Amino acid sequence: MHYVKNLSYLCSKPMIEVDHLTKYFGPVPAVLDVSFRVEKGEIVGFLGPNGAGKTTTIRMLNGFFPPTSGSARIDGLDVFDRSLDIRKRLGYLPEHVPLYKEMRTEAYLGFVAEVKGVPARQRQREVDRVIDQCRLQSVRKKFLGNLSKGFQQRVGIAQAILNDPDVLILDEPTIGLDPKQIIEIRELIKSFAGYKTVILSSHILPEVSMICQRVVIINEGRIVAEDTPERLTGKDKRKVALEVKGLEAEVLARLRTVPGVVAASAEAQPTDHAGRYVVEMGQGEDVRDAIAQSIVAAGWSLLEIHTLQPSLEDVFIRLVTEEQGRG
Amino acid sequence: MRSFYAILKRELYVYFSSPIAYVVVTIFLLLSGWFFYSAFAYFSMISVQAMRMPGAGGINVTDMVLHPTFGNMSVIMLLMMPLLTMRLFAEEKKAGTLELMLSYPVRETELLFGKFTACMVIFLIMLALTWLYPFLLWLYAEPDIGPVVTGYLGLFLMGTAFIALGLMVSSVTENQIVAAAISFGAILMFWLIGWAETFAGPSLGKVLSHISLLEHFESFSKGVIDTRDIIYYVNFNILFLFMTMRSLESKRWRG
Repeated sequence: MHYVKNLSYLCSKPMIEVDHLTKYFGPVPAVLDVSFRVEKGEIVGFLGPNGAGKTTTIRMLNGFFPPTSGSARIDGLDVFDRSLDIRKRLGYLPEHVPLYKEMRTEAYLGFVAEVKGVPARQRQREVDRVIDQCRLQSVRKKFLGNLSKGFQQRVGIAQAILNDPDVLILDEPTIGLDPKQIIEIRELIKSFAGYKTVILSSHILPEVSMICQRVVIINEGRIVAEDTPERLTGKDKRKVALEVKGLEAEVLARLRTVPGVVAASAEAQPTDHAGRYVVEMGQGEDVRDAIAQSIVAAGWSLLEIHTLQPSLEDVFIRLVTEEQGRG
Repeated sequence: MRSFYAILKRELYVYFSSPIAYVVVTIFLLLSGWFFYSAFAYFSMISVQAMRMPGAGGINVTDMVLHPTFGNMSVIMLLMMPLLTMRLFAEEKKAGTLELMLSYPVRETELLFGKFTACMVIFLIMLALTWLYPFLLWLYAEPDIGPVVTGYLGLFLMGTAFIALGLMVSSVTENQIVAAAISFGAILMFWLIGWAETFAGPSLGKVLSHISLLEHFESFSKGVIDTRDIIYYVNFNILFLFMTMRSLESKRWRG
């Protein structure tokens, strides 16, 4: 079944089309000329620092407020002209997971199912389904206000996937969770791949690269890049962190002679003559083994070596400087 | 319609799962009971005196007990209704739940009437529990049934007007205290604006007294049903519910 659906989107029109979307709040543009597409069954990450315009874009997509100019279509329908039809097929999780704290989990989900138009006879089954899928069995009868942040987040996702919407829009779904909960939520979102179209906003790059097939990076209301996570991070100069026992000046000098190393620098000096160093490699080169051999050959002890993942900030700084260079 | 029932049920659940409904209804009943008791006690004292005094007449239970009791009940409503309506939209706006609610396939009308009806149910329960006063009156005296019915009709219509106004105010603020203060002030203003009749000049005075909430209640509590009064309250409701609709929709067109 999913197989067929997966194939069908290759030749059909995109599920979400955003065209030159612009939103001004007073004289300040929150979103400026944003355009992107999301194919059916695709999970797209919407990445940017806080205040970049992610939530504003998302709110325009679910019809919360209109754009100043431009348009957005979901499955070919304009999100404002056909708001009610769109909302029937949309699951939305707002940023701070607003829940009715005085309600119990099961009653709340029943209420949402009713509001979303699930027929009375299927309501209980549908509520049970999302409770299973989001693993909420243990808090069925608890008040939402008393749940931990992780459970509240999961109830938030549960209400979004009630009535099986085609499109899911999740605004920072893993914010404020502990690592174990983050992994669980990630697995849950990943399981939607192929049969739900998902837009996921986040300001954490590794997270988005783990879940999403494609990333749209937005900064100061504008799209700065749109690509697969691998290619986005791959463009950055890769860095290797080392911990070596040896004299700092000598270690640095030696590191710089290794072919493929662009730059090397020392970080804070720990005790016992062991120093931490960061080495920048040239694009597309992996010189880790050359570095290791070179250090061991010099008679120093190599205590640690690992690749540093480029952070969002690194990608950002590169993208923004590239933009400025072009402009 | 399905969403309407869901919202109505949820709002009623909130009223009864929190102390709001119990407290407001209890205070209302305590105060109105006290006013009824004082009017009734005063009436029985006067009527005993009147029996001893030949020639004294023209006192009756409708004028001396029912009429002031309905008047007093309307004043307590004026104080209590903003407390019932203040949270309806303001709370949801502040908590952000309104944003989520509006992302569901719900029409603004369903949301609005769900909340309106829920508040109405609480109000009707409150009003229905005062049946004891006319019943007691009927046990010991012979009140006219007509003014009782019209008095309740008047209170009902006025209560719906208070709810409509309170809903509208609640939809424009995130702060419940602000909502309560503004609704209370606005209702009081509509109540007393008729006072200006005496000094505002004949034509303006007439307009102002027609706008007054109190003016239109008077005839109901005396036992008169005037279609003008009914139309006034219906219009008042329509106007404020319409304004609430606009305020809910405004985010959709306010660029």
